[in-house]
Amino acid sequence: MVGSGGMGGGLLENANPLIYERSGDRPVTAGEEDEQVPDSIDAREIFDLIRSINDPEHPLTLEELNVVEQVRVQVSDPESTVAVAFTPTIPHCSMATLIGLSIKVKLLRSLPQRFKMDVHITPGTHASEHAVNKQLADKERVAAALENTHLLEVVNQCLSARS
Amino acid sequence: MAAAAALEAVAPLGALWGLVQDFVMGQQEGPADQVAADVKSGSYTVLQVVEALGSSLENPEPRTRARGIQLLSQVLLQCHSLLLEKEVVHLILFYENRLKDHHLVIPSVLQGLRALSLCVALPPGLAVSVLKAIFQEVHVQSLPQVDRHTVYSIITNFMRTREEELKGLGADFTFGFIQVMDGEKDPRNLLVAFRIVYDLISRDYSLGPFVEELFEVTSCYFPIDFTPPPNDPHGIQREDLILSLRAVLASTPRFAEFLLPLLIEKVDSEILSAKLDSLQTLNACCAVYGQKELKDFLPSLWASIRREVFQTASERVEAEGLAALNSLTACLSRSVLRADAEDLLDSFLSNILQDCRHHLCEPDMKLVWPSAKLLQAAAGASARACDHITSNVLPLLLEQFHKHSQSNQRRTILEMILGFLKLQQKWSYEDKDERPLSGFKDQLCSLMFMALADPNTQLQLVGIRTLTVLGAQPDLLSSGDLELAVGHLYRLSFLEEDSQSWVAALEASGSLATLYPVAFSSHLVPKLAEDLCSEESDLARGDGPTRCSQHPRCLQALSAVSTHPSIVKETLPLLLQHLCQMNRGSMTPGTSEVIAVCQSLQQVAEKCQRDPESCWYFHQTAVPCLLALAVQASTPEKEHSVLKKVLLEDEVLATMASVIATATTHLSPDLAAQSVAHVVPLFLDGNISFLPENSFSGRFQPFQDGSSGQRRLVALLMAFVCSLPRNVEIPQLNRLMRELLELSCCQSCPFSSTAAAKCFAGLLNKHPAGQELDEFLQLAVDKVEAGLSSGPCRSQAFTLLLWVTKALVLRYHPLSSCLTERLMGLLSDPELGPAAADGFSLLMSDCTDVLTRAGHAEVRIMFRQRFFTDNVPALVRGFHAAPQDVKPNYLKGLSHVLNRLPKPVLLPELPTLLSLLLEALSCPDSVVQLSTLSCLQPLLLEAPQVMSLHVDTLVTKFLTLSASPSMAVRIAALQCMHALTRLPTPVLLPYKPQVIRALAKPLDDKKRLVRKEAVSARGEWFLLGSPGS
Repeated sequence: MVGSGGMGGGLLENANPLIYERSGDRPVTAGEEDEQVPDSIDAREIFDLIRSINDPEHPLTLEELNVVEQVRVQVSDPESTVAVAFTPTIPHCSMATLIGLSIKVKLLRSLPQRFKMDVHITPGTHASEHAVNKQLADKERVAAALENTHLLEVVNQCLSARS
Repeated sequence: MAAAAALEAVAPLGALWGLVQDFVMGQQEGPADQVAADVKSGSYTVLQVVEALGSSLENPEPRTRARGIQLLSQVLLQCHSLLLEKEVVHLILFYENRLKDHHLVIPSVLQGLRALSLCVALPPGLAVSVLKAIFQEVHVQSLPQVDRHTVYSIITNFMRTREEELKGLGADFTFGFIQVMDGEKDPRNLLVAFRIVYDLISRDYSLGPFVEELFEVTSCYFPIDFTPPPNDPHGIQREDLILSLRAVLASTPRFAEFLLPLLIEKVDSEILSAKLDSLQTLNACCAVYGQKELKDFLPSLWASIRREVFQTASERVEAEGLAALNSLTACLSRSVLRADAEDLLDSFLSNILQDCRHHLCEPDMKLVWPSAKLLQAAAGASARACDHITSNVLPLLLEQFHKHSQSNQRRTILEMILGFLKLQQKWSYEDKDERPLSGFKDQLCSLMFMALADPNTQLQLVGIRTLTVLGAQPDLLSSGDLELAVGHLYRLSFLEEDSQSWVAALEASGSLATLYPVAFSSHLVPKLAEDLCSEESDLARGDGPTRCSQHPRCLQALSAVSTHPSIVKETLPLLLQHLCQMNRGSMTPGTSEVIAVCQSLQQVAEKCQRDPESCWYFHQTAVPCLLALAVQASTPEKEHSVLKKVLLEDEVLATMASVIATATTHLSPDLAAQSVAHVVPLFLDGNISFLPENSFSGRFQPFQDGSSGQRRLVALLMAFVCSLPRNVEIPQLNRLMRELLELSCCQSCPFSSTAAAKCFAGLLNKHPAGQELDEFLQLAVDKVEAGLSSGPCRSQAFTLLLWVTKALVLRYHPLSSCLTERLMGLLSDPELGPAAADGFSLLMSDCTDVLTRAGHAEVRIMFRQRFFTDNVPALVRGFHAAPQDVKPNYLKGLSHVLNRLPKPVLLPELPTLLSLLLEALSCPDSVVQLSTLSCLQPLLLEAPQVMSLHVDTLVTKFLTLSASPSMAVRIAALQCMHALTRLPTPVLLPYKPQVIRALAKPLDDKKRLVRKEAVSARGEWFLLGSPGS
């Protein structure tokens, strides 16, 4: 499901991206330390899950490249829904599907099963926005992609903690 | 007879011949050491060795000759101290001659010469001749590294011992050495060679016409570009080479004309390390250079530094550039000039000003900071430079401040001004008129007051800092300025909670009050006093909630300015009076208000500790007053005011106690003795004569049949006597100890019995060893045993036992082990078991009120480790032997001990405790669970192999605990699940599906902190054995 161009060696498509500042760790509030108070899952929590995902072609995180932003995360804990919009660095980025897949896998591994998740490209920021969104929304295609050892390897690299 | 003697001599000589043959022909290495040992022990002479070698030294085959000379050289290396002058002369002649020999022979010859260079008996003249021979005959750079190193060693040895002779060679020596090191490439040799060059220069050897050559042969390595190979056994770092080369290059002004162009070139380089090295080297050069050396290069140097500071992206380059500019300016300032010479400092500074000043005036303020930093770096170099720059820049900045109207621009400008003002503090001007700031004082003050009055917090903050700096300038601010400034500080101190300005204002008040006590005591303290009074009446009327919130701030301000003894004399009575007023008035003060006053007193006490006189004043004034208030509150009276009850509350007494302790710890022993002579009789005999306003209706008898309120005041006695210096004698100690013991097991309120036990323990800890101490201990043990055996006072007796044990553990007293055992015995006590388990936490932790190092208690530094080694085996045995229902007590006790120990100390011990820790995972107590998990987590990271044997238990238990009702346990269990992934992957893979399924549940935990750990643990487990991880 991912085009072979641009992956592996070869030239970077966007060799000199703008780098954004990383937000610090979320400060721990008194409420969070109180055993009794339930903390609902909010946009910042979802953002914290995906902001440290590594970009497939830069030694930078999606947050540093501004591919993901907290304002583009919609979440409703009671309704168990999450929607994440991501913005490829350039409109022809061939990595878009791979980035979307990484976000999707990260959420699948990190959120309770009750959540219904929607990962899509920020409207108007990618040439083949519709095609990519369709692929990401197709459960079977996502599952099939993860059977592919090569793809799984790249996704796992994106999800590994930076050493 | 003669024949027999000859035979004896021959026999060992025969052995020598054999050894020599084995070495030379037999190619064995061992005999060399044997021969050397025999020469050292006197069995043969060196001459005999030479004779024995005889033919091999002249053998036509170069390999054999080399071998022969090698043996001789090795012997000489070990025995050079035994040589006689005559022998040395012959050997040197021989070796010098051999330098002409075949190249295979040369390494051994050099070794021999090295041995001879160490020789004390070397006659004058030979060192020079050896060096000449080497310079002439040997092409050093074609030798292997080891042999080149030998040559450097020979030179180093001679330079150390024959300096005068070598200097006799004149510049020939320098030239010879230049040829020796020319082309050297090995870092090990370079370190030695650089050292030799450094010595040549610093010990003033003649360089003659070879200055430039010597510079070339060393500077060709600049900037050093060397990365040590991995696993380098020689341990030479890049930094070693950089520093030793820099020492050479910066060692003499004679290199200046060659070095400065090189440095300018390298600063322009693209490579970061080259820039840094060049700037640092320039910085080092400035220590030895003068105006003469720098003159021609100043414009280029300034241009390079300016470019680096203006354009750089690297903070390090900027910092080094500024440091270099600072040294350059310092160097120019330092030089002594001839009367007619031009002073380069002025023209250099004018250049800097010219290039920077217009940036300060640009409306977009783009390069203001780099410019200001450059100017400040130059101004920080000397008083003259500072004067020159400040007098030019200040008017400009003052003008700019008025041109800009936005607060944040004004803040930037004021911050720059502040930087220049701070530099003034480096130089002291003797004459008042010379001070460059005096001319600008009025303008600066008006700027500062504008900033202080501005609503923008950031501008206020810079204003406050400016005030502090201006205030630190002697005789700058007039009394009118000060009055105005104090007014501002007063206003700023009462700003809302979320502004940082009030904190800064209080801090500034504190530091300025030490310098201008009169201004503060005449303009600030009266206002604060007024506020405090009006609030009292407000409180009494019960209105004005807005003013009420000012109350704590007023107390904070009073303690903040108490930095000068004369101010303390005003603020302390105010605070104490306020406390008394609260007592007398009809209003109803809350606990928190009384505590706020006590905390303010506490801060004043801390500020007084530095000055012995204030310390005594505080003690003398505050302690009797606080005691009087407390005593009055505790004596029976017809009507009990509310405050009286408030004063006797646990929390209030604890705060008062800490004021008394702080006021006591720093007393000198004489004064402490004076004080103790009043306080102890007060408690033992009810002697209230030293208390102010001592007309109480009832008697004060805390140890006799006084009310329970009176007994509570033992906490204050404890604070006092347990903070005294160790050598202060306590009157009626014996009686006091017995009374305390009695009270500690008295069935009144736990507060007073615990205070008595702590007080007893505190005194015990400081008491010198001897018969009296043993008696006290015996009394205590009897009391404890009596109490523990019978019903009503068991818990009091236990508390006493705990505190006495703590007092002894801290000082390594031999009896501490008995008491600890007793305590361990109580772990299986059905009633006291849980308390005993928690007692271990007390034993291992630091107290805040008694038994502290600040309070002069005897606390050995390693007491925790020692307690661990002494008692953990017994705890483990006790655990195994204990019946099932009390096992958790043992585990909890153990957990406390393990928790308090530093992890690095604990780690090597943990594997032996592993089986116990695994068992502890099943313990229902959450303290035990938490402590066990926190022990296992580092163990999983450090010793994965050992832990993998228990993977089954660990996975099951951790997963169970990740559903614990306690959030902290869930978090710790999930952290352990994460740490488990460090175990070898094949061990874990069978568990992967099960774990991933189980960890889905905590992903939906109601607490965010738990979910976070679950996410990271589950993420790691997903990666196990998966491609790309």
